[in-house]
Amino acid sequence: MVEKPKITISSSPFLHDQVTTPKIMWELSYTLVPILLAAVYYFGLSALMVSAASIAGCLATEYYLGKKGPLGNPLRDGSALLTGLLLALTLPPGFPLWMAFVGGVVAIGMGKVIWGGLGQNVFNPALVGRAFLQAAFPTAITTWEPPDGRYLGLRGTNLAPPFYQGEAVDALSTATPLSEMKFSHEPTALADLFMGNISGSLGETCGLLLLLACIYLIIRRIINWRIPVGILATVALFSGIVYLIAPDRYPSPGFMVLAGGLLLGAVYMATDPVSSPLGPKGIWIYSIGIGLLVVLIRIWGGLPEGVMYAILLMNAATPLINRFVRPRVYGYS
Amino acid sequence: MTGTAQNGLKDKLLTFRHGVHPEEFKELSNHQRIERMPFVEEYTLPLLQHIGAPSKALVHKGQRVRRGDKIADAGSFVSVALHAPVDGTVTDVGLYGHPNGQMLPAIRIKADPFSTQQLDQPPQRQPEELSKAEFIAAIQQAGIVGLGGAAFPAHVKFNIPEDKHCRYLMLNGCECEPFLTCDHRVMVEYAEELIDGTRILQHFIQAEKVSIAIEANKPDAVATLREAAAKVGFPVEVVPLKVKYPQGAEKMMISAILGEEVPAGRLPIDVGVLVSNVGTIVALSQYFRQSQPLIERVITVTGTAVRRPANVLVPLGTPMRDLVEFCGGVTEEATRILLGGPMMGIVQKSLDTPVVKGTSGILVLTEREVQDIDTFSCIRCGRCLEACPIFLNPARLGLLARKGLWDDMEDYNAMDCFECGSCSYVCPSGIPLVQSIKVGKAMIRERKTK
Repeated sequence: MVEKPKITISSSPFLHDQVTTPKIMWELSYTLVPILLAAVYYFGLSALMVSAASIAGCLATEYYLGKKGPLGNPLRDGSALLTGLLLALTLPPGFPLWMAFVGGVVAIGMGKVIWGGLGQNVFNPALVGRAFLQAAFPTAITTWEPPDGRYLGLRGTNLAPPFYQGEAVDALSTATPLSEMKFSHEPTALADLFMGNISGSLGETCGLLLLLACIYLIIRRIINWRIPVGILATVALFSGIVYLIAPDRYPSPGFMVLAGGLLLGAVYMATDPVSSPLGPKGIWIYSIGIGLLVVLIRIWGGLPEGVMYAILLMNAATPLINRFVRPRVYGYS
Repeated sequence: MTGTAQNGLKDKLLTFRHGVHPEEFKELSNHQRIERMPFVEEYTLPLLQHIGAPSKALVHKGQRVRRGDKIADAGSFVSVALHAPVDGTVTDVGLYGHPNGQMLPAIRIKADPFSTQQLDQPPQRQPEELSKAEFIAAIQQAGIVGLGGAAFPAHVKFNIPEDKHCRYLMLNGCECEPFLTCDHRVMVEYAEELIDGTRILQHFIQAEKVSIAIEANKPDAVATLREAAAKVGFPVEVVPLKVKYPQGAEKMMISAILGEEVPAGRLPIDVGVLVSNVGTIVALSQYFRQSQPLIERVITVTGTAVRRPANVLVPLGTPMRDLVEFCGGVTEEATRILLGGPMMGIVQKSLDTPVVKGTSGILVLTEREVQDIDTFSCIRCGRCLEACPIFLNPARLGLLARKGLWDDMEDYNAMDCFECGSCSYVCPSGIPLVQSIKVGKAMIRERKTK
């Protein structure tokens, strides 16, 4: 006789791919570590402190307000940590720590929890947090410091007490390559943009590392390759046409691709699966839309940078794209 | 769009778009030669072992039957005859547990312990002497159904309407389900019968081209069949296909080889293609040449919870418990029993049901292989869309099913889903997508009949 085993009844399939949602979130976070280290290399301790504050805000909010997942503790799926890291990488190194913390709270609270938690939000949570900070603290978020090799000293208004804007520790502050271009038509050397030796947000300095991360994530199939390719190609093409018409007035396509938050946005923010469309056709519309909006805002808009709004606007269009763009089913012409 | 795009590249194997790559687990049994299952005491033969109307019992309790005797006749055109797998005595015609989970009418036969169980049936008229109608009737009388798993009566498929023309006869030796190796072994060990059966069928079909499609993980089958075909000078093309699930689905195979799609709601023959499983064709040869109707089939008994995984030639009606015992029984770790492969197989609550014509494998799995993962919310990553071989939106369908929006599901082509399970396989959030779609399809069908 066959032994009496405990037999489970369920429905096929019984095999499962080993890629799981928490693994995707954690792997994305791991790839951000080199980028964070580059930020520390350029901006010292401040980079680490701002990141810690933003992550703390995200984790605390998720822990107290987030829905318990199948793993129990809502932090274990790794998505809150990822949001905290991404938000931090969009902030300037001299940003007040308390504001970074508040940004993290808003990112998770208003960007994710109120929509119903993981998978339910329409907008990328990290960008919701940043949009809030931009609206609430416009000065602090546009005060930039150059990478100057100071490692231990804190920068700018890092230590401003809660609810205070704070006075800068030193008066040293510069313009980003994008604002220099926009307001004084001075382009930055592409090599500096590529290596990250420029002022800017923590994660928008080193183009090289972001491109390497992009390639890695595409090979690992963690992100959909169409999104970064679509965005970057559109920006290069559109700004290239504009540049060819009037090279003395407009930035080169190389500058447009490497400067500001475009790479960070194209590789990590726009590729957030939750807030991007399902299926290749929709994804092309979405990524080309982001590329067009970025160029429009940067060249003709009032702001020097437009990546955040471009992605948020296309996030908003995603449900509509999903509704109207359907894959052609096998056997139908 | 489909496979033809790659026809130009010689070293690249043909395949369809999308699909998944589950671990194969074939090494457990792909080198095990087919063994013959010893005869057991009692056999249970359900009257429904195929798609269509159940067979009609021709025997009564106490009647003596000989191996290969017809014990039930076809119940309608879409139905086939059923034969005694052993010399013995009918002990009952009543309700018995069926592998589909129901209690259904079946014939019980007690084997004659003193019989040699040699097949002793009068020779059949050779196919060359038959008209097409006689050929079709003969296959129905032989009880032959598709042995790939669906068990669709073969004569219905082979009965090509006058207004349709078969350009292409494709034999399906893909066996894309992980674990299963019965078709593989049949192709290697019954190569001559397979080529012979193909010739018989081709005599009536007159297809312009004949090919045998085999996933590239069975190079020995490819070589053996090429050799067997060359030996008799029969023009058949053996096509290795890329190893990808569900390569063995009819529509996917046609996409891979011809680069054409079968229009929705139509059959392969509407695009001039006839697809048949390789085992079915071997049965065809055995009926005409050896007078043996479909009374036995090759089954893979495997899974890491089976002590001695094997490919076994089993008389129909053999209790699964005896078959698994023959393969050394199961280990303590067994947690799931399946009929068929792990992707589309049907779970069994016990081994108390018999082997039927559609049983391609018995799989006993442990917790390690049944890779259940935690269920998270859908993160709309789109992996299911890129896995679905017929380009559905499983994420959307799963959501609609959860909300009970059956009409919307129909609008999103739920009825076209052939339930291969690729979407559930890839979902990183562990959402039971194909399971929800199955529920949705059942609800849509139910509402239609009301």
